Formats: sequence, structure tokens, C-alpha cells
Amino acid sequence: MNPQSALDSPPVIEIRKLSRTFGAMKALDDISLSVSRGGVFGLIGGNGAGKTTLIKHILGMLKAQYGHVRVFGLDPVDNPVGTLGRIGYLSEDRDLPDWMTVRELMNYTQAFFPSWDENYAEQLREMFDLAPDAKIKSLSRGQRARAGLLAALAHRPELLVLDEPSSGLDPIVRRDILGAIIRTIADEGRTVLFSSHLLDEVERVADQVTIIHKGRILLTSTMDQIKDTHRRVTLRFNEFLDRPPVLVGALTYEGRGQEWTFTCNGESSQLRRAAEAIGATVVGDTALSLDEIFVSHVTE
Amino acid sequence: MQIHISPADGVPIYLQIVNQIKYLVSAGRLTAGEELPPIRTLAEKLVVNPNTVARAYRELEGAGVVEKRRTAGTYVSDQGSPLARRERLKILSERVDALLAEARQMDISFEDVVKLAEKRHAAMQPAVIEE
Repeated sequence: MNPQSALDSPPVIEIRKLSRTFGAMKALDDISLSVSRGGVFGLIGGNGAGKTTLIKHILGMLKAQYGHVRVFGLDPVDNPVGTLGRIGYLSEDRDLPDWMTVRELMNYTQAFFPSWDENYAEQLREMFDLAPDAKIKSLSRGQRARAGLLAALAHRPELLVLDEPSSGLDPIVRRDILGAIIRTIADEGRTVLFSSHLLDEVERVADQVTIIHKGRILLTSTMDQIKDTHRRVTLRFNEFLDRPPVLVGALTYEGRGQEWTFTCNGESSQLRRAAEAIGATVVGDTALSLDEIFVSHVTE
Repeated sequence: MQIHISPADGVPIYLQIVNQIKYLVSAGRLTAGEELPPIRTLAEKLVVNPNTVARAYRELEGAGVVEKRRTAGTYVSDQGSPLARRERLKILSERVDALLAEARQMDISFEDVVKLAEKRHAAMQPAVIEE
């Protein structure tokens, strides 16, 4: 919760120059990032951007071909016990043992985690309205996600990793998942990394954001910084322009004649100076949603 | 305390919280001495990061709208202070600007806007702010 203490402690995840190819395809290309303790790290990108591949490296399911990955300061491939035991993970396809009942899933998962909190597990089960005797395979999509979330949370992991946790779920279950993220970091020192393409969710809960596109990091920063440095400005020119003017920091443009609108990477004051420099007046200057920021970065 | 967060707005979420609490205070719907919900409670209710709520509370404290008390907890401060008044005028200025811009767009003169404001003020007189 305290940003100062987050800066003082070593990062929970540290990735340096990670690259990965599958055959001819470059899935990850020179990825470096660091996830600090006590925050919510949002990983965003389109389908096939490399989010899941990156997460698999963090979980030690893939070994780094180039570069290195450290989780709690350890290599997750060499130290699965030292890392996985402290991570709660919910995958996008929520692969759970279908033949088990909810109760059996709880007992089974408990066996892997010495820190499993039985009371908390029971509390979550009731909150999520999961019948102990229900077979996993008979659960609805939403209940299945809740069961997966219970298994990921009940050992009170230091690091919670959620890969597209909300995909295909109704708003009520999505709210449960976001609630779990919020409660996890509200408990001192815990960290969350989640990937999502639902950017309003990321904007609500993430402190740090990384945009990944075609295996590369396009942008990585704190949410505050990203919001402060992306604006939509509308410029008015004295003369008619038949082609878009060049504005420093512009990512996308639209308009015609005397009025042109840009999405820009820069603070208001910088953009105002850049506009003046090309003889334009700023007639509109508004903040952008994370969704708009994302689209303006991945649009080519 | 009714706060509505809309990420699609573009306005940073902490600022949405700040603006809405300021609005609630100036509308008399949050009164001096009233306690704001704890950070974690509000974060869970609004489904936003607790750090964001903490930042909003810090900004509100800096602006003199709320104060932290020793017993922990954040309370609406007495709005008599000049700082708080300045803040309130600032919020109002933004709204007046928007109104004036819209009036201009609709080709309504400034004099007519003032007249309209007087008329509405008179119409609102007997009403009590509720909700």
C-alpha cells in the first residue's frame, strides 16, 4: 500500500532481455520488465501479443531461451518449489480436474501449499456460492472461474498471477475477480500480475501497465504516468491544410482543413508548446482512457 | 456516499473520486465532521485499486476538503477555510466555462445567460437540497 516501501524492496518479478521463438515465430522479443512488491501489474495486448508466453516464463513452464527471468529473486525453472509455492495462478482456460468435486479440489490443492488457509478457503467457498459436493465438470463457466480463483487464493500467495481472468465471464463473476485482486493487494505486501484485454478493468485496478504488441513492449510505466502523458488535443490552424501537420509526440491524427485532432504522447504543457511551434492554437485538450491509449499505440 | 467511476471517461480515476467528493461536499451531501469510508472499503465498493483511493484522499486532504484525525479515519473538514473556498471556486469555474462555451455555441448572449441564472436561482429558492 505504501509506495515508498514498494520502491525499497527488491522486485517480485524481474525479467531481462527475454526473447523466445517458436519455430520461425518470434513470440517474445527483448522483453525487460520489473514488477514491484505490493502493486497490481496489468499486462495488456491483443490476441497473440505474447502475454500468455510471458506468463508461462514467470511460472517456470517455459525456460528462457535468451535473457533471464527471476521471481522472488529465483529462477522459476530451477526453483519450482521456491517460486510456485508462493504463487497463486489462474489460467485463461481455467484447467481444473473435471472429475473432482469442489471439496476434493480444495483438499487436492491444499496438499501442494503448506500455507493453505482452511478458514479462508471455506470463507471463499461460501462467498462464491460453491456447493462442496458439486462436480467441477458440472459447474457453469462463472462457477468454474470462481473455483479456480478459490484454488489460486486460499494459500494467500505472495504473488497472484491471473491470465485473462475475465475472458468470457459475466459482469458479476468479473467483479468477484477484481474484488479478489483488490483484497489481495490491500493485504500488505502482496502483488498481483494480470493480463487482460478488458482495459477498463485494467484501468480500475492496475498501478503499473505494460503494453505488449507482437512480442515487444510498446510502453511500460505507472498508470499515473501513462494517464498524465497521453492527451487528445485538437488544433486549429489559420490556413487550410490538405495534409496532416506534423506534431511532436503525435500517435494518431484525424481531421481536415483548419482543425486536426491528435492523440499524443506528452504532457499538456509540452503539447501546447509543440502546437505553438507549428503555428496552431489548442482548442481542445482532454484525457484519454487506457483503451484509447492502447489503440493509439498499436495502430500503425 | 454515491460515487460513480467511469474509466471510459479518460479522467484519471483518482481525479474522478476527488471531483465527486468535492461536489458532494459543496452540495451539502457530505457535511463537516462526517467520516469518509475507509480506503479499503471504498476501493472494494468502487472496484478500484486501494492506492488510487489513498491518492484521492491525499489530494482532498491537500485541498483542505478532508482531514485525517489521529484516530485514523478521514473526515470532511470545516469548509470555512479560505483554501477550501478557493478550491470550490475552482471547481465552479470549470463548470461556468463549460456553460459559457455551450451558450456561445448555441448563440445565446452572455446577458441572457446571466438572466437565466437569476431566473433559475429564484426558481430554486424554496427548494431544499435533497436526495
